[in-house]
Amino acid sequence: MRAKLLNRARLLRCAIVPLLALPLAGCDWVVLNPAGDVARQQGDLVIVATLLMLLIVVPVMATVVIFAWRYRATNTEAKYDPDWNHSTQLELMIWAAPLMIIIALGAVTWVGTHLLDPYRAISRIDAQTPVAANAKPVEVEVVSMDWKWLFIYPEQNIATVNELVVPAGRPLRFRMTSSTVMNTFYVPALAGMIYTMPGMETKLHAVFNQEGAFKGISAHFSGAGFSQMHFATRAVSDAQFDQWVASVKAGKNDGMLSRDAYLQLDKPSIADPVRHYAGVAPDLFNAVVDLCVQPGKICMSQMAMLDAKGGVGKEAARLNVAALTYDKNGRATETAVLPGSVVAQTDRFVKAYCSDNRPMAAPSGDAPLPKTLDRLRGAGINQATGPRVSLAGPLLQPAS
Amino acid sequence: MTAVPLPATAPPPWSPLLGRISLEQLPFLHEPIVAVTFVGVILGGIALVGALTYFRLWGYLWKEWFTSVDHKKIGVMYMILGLVMFMRGFADALMMRLQQAMAFNGSDGYLNAHHYDQVFTAHGVIMIFFAAMPFVTGLMNYVVPLQIGARDVSFPFLNNFSFWMTTGGAVLVMASLFLGEFAQTGWLAFPPLSGLAYSPGVGVDYYIWSLQVAGVGTTLSGINLIATIIKMRAPGMTLMRMPVFTWTALCTNVLIVASFPVLTAVLVLLSLDRYVGTNFFTNDFGGSPMMYVNLIWIWGHPEVYILILPIFGVFSEVTSTFSGKRLFGYTSMVYATVVITILSYVVWLHHFFTMGSGASVNSFFGITTMVISIPTGAKLFNWLFTMYRGRIRFDLPMMWTVAFMLTFTIGGMTGVLLAVPPADFVLHNSLFLIAHFHNVIIGGVVFGTFAAINYWWPKAFGFKLNQFWGKVSFWCWVPGFWLAFTPLYIMGLMGVTRRTRVFDDPSLQPYFIVALLGAVLIAAGIGAMVVQYGVSIWKREELKDESGDPWNGRTLEWATSSPPPAYNFAFTPIVHDLDAWEDMKRAGVGRPLDGYRPIHMPSNTGAGVILAGISTALGFALIWHIWWMAGASFVALLVSAIAHTFNYKRDYHIPAEDVAAVEAQRTAQLERLAQNQGAAA
Repeated sequence: MRAKLLNRARLLRCAIVPLLALPLAGCDWVVLNPAGDVARQQGDLVIVATLLMLLIVVPVMATVVIFAWRYRATNTEAKYDPDWNHSTQLELMIWAAPLMIIIALGAVTWVGTHLLDPYRAISRIDAQTPVAANAKPVEVEVVSMDWKWLFIYPEQNIATVNELVVPAGRPLRFRMTSSTVMNTFYVPALAGMIYTMPGMETKLHAVFNQEGAFKGISAHFSGAGFSQMHFATRAVSDAQFDQWVASVKAGKNDGMLSRDAYLQLDKPSIADPVRHYAGVAPDLFNAVVDLCVQPGKICMSQMAMLDAKGGVGKEAARLNVAALTYDKNGRATETAVLPGSVVAQTDRFVKAYCSDNRPMAAPSGDAPLPKTLDRLRGAGINQATGPRVSLAGPLLQPAS
Repeated sequence: MTAVPLPATAPPPWSPLLGRISLEQLPFLHEPIVAVTFVGVILGGIALVGALTYFRLWGYLWKEWFTSVDHKKIGVMYMILGLVMFMRGFADALMMRLQQAMAFNGSDGYLNAHHYDQVFTAHGVIMIFFAAMPFVTGLMNYVVPLQIGARDVSFPFLNNFSFWMTTGGAVLVMASLFLGEFAQTGWLAFPPLSGLAYSPGVGVDYYIWSLQVAGVGTTLSGINLIATIIKMRAPGMTLMRMPVFTWTALCTNVLIVASFPVLTAVLVLLSLDRYVGTNFFTNDFGGSPMMYVNLIWIWGHPEVYILILPIFGVFSEVTSTFSGKRLFGYTSMVYATVVITILSYVVWLHHFFTMGSGASVNSFFGITTMVISIPTGAKLFNWLFTMYRGRIRFDLPMMWTVAFMLTFTIGGMTGVLLAVPPADFVLHNSLFLIAHFHNVIIGGVVFGTFAAINYWWPKAFGFKLNQFWGKVSFWCWVPGFWLAFTPLYIMGLMGVTRRTRVFDDPSLQPYFIVALLGAVLIAAGIGAMVVQYGVSIWKREELKDESGDPWNGRTLEWATSSPPPAYNFAFTPIVHDLDAWEDMKRAGVGRPLDGYRPIHMPSNTGAGVILAGISTALGFALIWHIWWMAGASFVALLVSAIAHTFNYKRDYHIPAEDVAAVEAQRTAQLERLAQNQGAAA
């Protein structure tokens, strides 16, 4: 039923969008006409839901106008019945009609929300093409900073600032976090937005169905440089993607994205140019999520592990909190304890537990690929599993 | 990297005497726009104070208004506060529209980020807390006791105190314009952005303390009105004979009492983070910013129903009165209101579907949100069938009601659309969302407030409002609204986000210009409204209504004179049916003409002004870290509160002779009116 509805919606969109756009020629209704399959399905849901509601909204609005006109005081021909105030049939109707619409819309919502769960690996490239069984998604790690975007390509071992280039027609998997305040990662042509939040990891799965240049933005206000916090997005062919990766590595670039380079980059700045990094420090993204890129910092996951092992008892009173501080005293993280610096005897103790500050292994929070799509269309929906927002949990093992 | 100035990362310097106040903190010294506003406000303020002094009005204002515990006067003062703050909030809106229409093709507009970010934050905070809330509280204050046949609210002093606390909050927000800065965080001040690490200045502290001070007033007023409605109804007025407006007021105040403490608590936690270094919402030390988002929306969603429910009540009264018919489906209207009240607590997560909750959680909150549209739809149908077979007089209140029904339906539809999580993923934080909530808040709360003002004004002042200027205002407002917000709906579908200050896509500019024109048209509507009030006061003799019942009303407030005497009703009316006044008119119940008894009334007191004034000073001291002043005002607050408990002159009796004299005047007035009508016929 849903597929049919969506097909119809697609037809209608083809009819409606140009009609509406006619007086607004030249505008780009990207939400209803995106380049990515996920955004397309989301746009279709916008239309299906609107049409469902128009079923009741149009008659109601028409009746308001008709009644207002017909029963105007000057029209003495209309029937006047000052004591008529109840009708069981009508009351049934006025509760049942919206209920019916909401039941239909609720069903569409339930199915649509599960199918388009951004945490679920996508199962299709487009309506006709399922994802091949052995297809490996292109992975991009996203960090929102004040006020720019950092994209790390772990497999390619490169990183960029304010430029996102991905191959079209291949599943994309974004792992996202923020280094400072909340933002949302939003490429309207690709898929709906998801928040990036400090100390937490969120996920998004999507695919581009056509090549081209698109807009990427932060959609959640994040401070002074928010308006300029956008990034160029390009979907290219596989060959072009490989070429681009090679050019990032070999071309004019900003060198390695070491932890030091990351900390430099993390300082607030507005309207940054595109930057390319030919290599990335190992585990950088996990360290960002764990708030421990800076040398001398204790990772949240390490701290959580200490807690999970029963804490440290009275010793906690001697804890050097500087090693746990991330941004408490402002954006500048200089107040931290640097390695080798002998501050006091107090910091010895935590160091003894955490000799280095590499993060614990991050959980793989992806939902598995659905085995069959049929199960998603009705009861017994195969839910996404794994932590939704992975606060680095207490039961993790140190990375080997 | 860039020459754009970055916001301060260090807190302002501190001195023991003045706390964080320094010359640096006076924005009108270095911001031309603020300087011009400042000069204007100073001149206007001098003119106002001068006029009040010249006409010797201070004593009158203090004795008759500021210290009054009369629910009617407090209601009127709430409305004035709401209107003044509405103007301020609207000025912010115009500034934003102008900035967004200008900032294209490399232009930076005329507002820098620091200023613009304050403007949109202040706009949201002011419109919700200091315009819409005073409007609905003022309406409930004025109307509810009259509708239930009571002489005042349950706790008249508390009512005065609540009003002044709300005003104190408003004063703090206004002070931020000329001393320091306001928050640059958006109207809900999400951490970590609102935390000390990212907002070290006084802006967020202004936000916290203005809302805390006003929040005390709102919560107490909620308690007061619940007690009033539960305990003070006229004999015979069972719950199911209460006017619908009173029902919606009851539900709204239940929502206030149950949800505002959450706001208070979450702001306390944020203050602790900012003042004493706790880590509830910080990034490090195990803080959870998402907890703030959850908590603030657990208050925030009921808040929108706090605003709209009484307005639904207004529309019910207006539709029924102007259709000359009993309300269709009273029982289902009441149940719909109660269902909305309960459901409003189980939908908050729909404000952040995009923060990574699972599909099942999102679906649950999406569907509960949609379910709310069922009782809301039922209400709309009830108004519709109230009009059916009626004799609809299209006076201004009814015009606003029909405009509401058409506008709000669209807003409701886009709201349900946003409740579908996958749709929300592409529309969240976009201008579509902005258009949606303005569609329901302007189309609902604002239109409803105007309907209510036009409807109850003759009751409050004894003369009707001028129709012509009211219609001018109406015909500017309604098309102005659509002109201003249709482009926002469209741009939302083009993936344009809210709170953006500058744009690089020139194709968007025409939309922003159209939206600006819409805002200008709305400004004309507001201007016409002010003219309407002025002209009506000027020509009050021509517009005079002596009957006390100019609209052929149906509920008890129309049973008394306009304006009502201080004691509202010489004898408490006895209620036999819904629409009690209509029932009395039909049964030919006459006014009792003798047998008056002394009436027990509460005395005016200045304690409310004093306590709220000290609380505002306390808030101010905490904002600026002036610790000696905070300590002193805290002690003063305790001492004044205790001193007030020793004030035993709390009540008095209006002598029976005085009541008889007032009622005799009223009798003569009604007789004269009847003769004139007889002569005219």
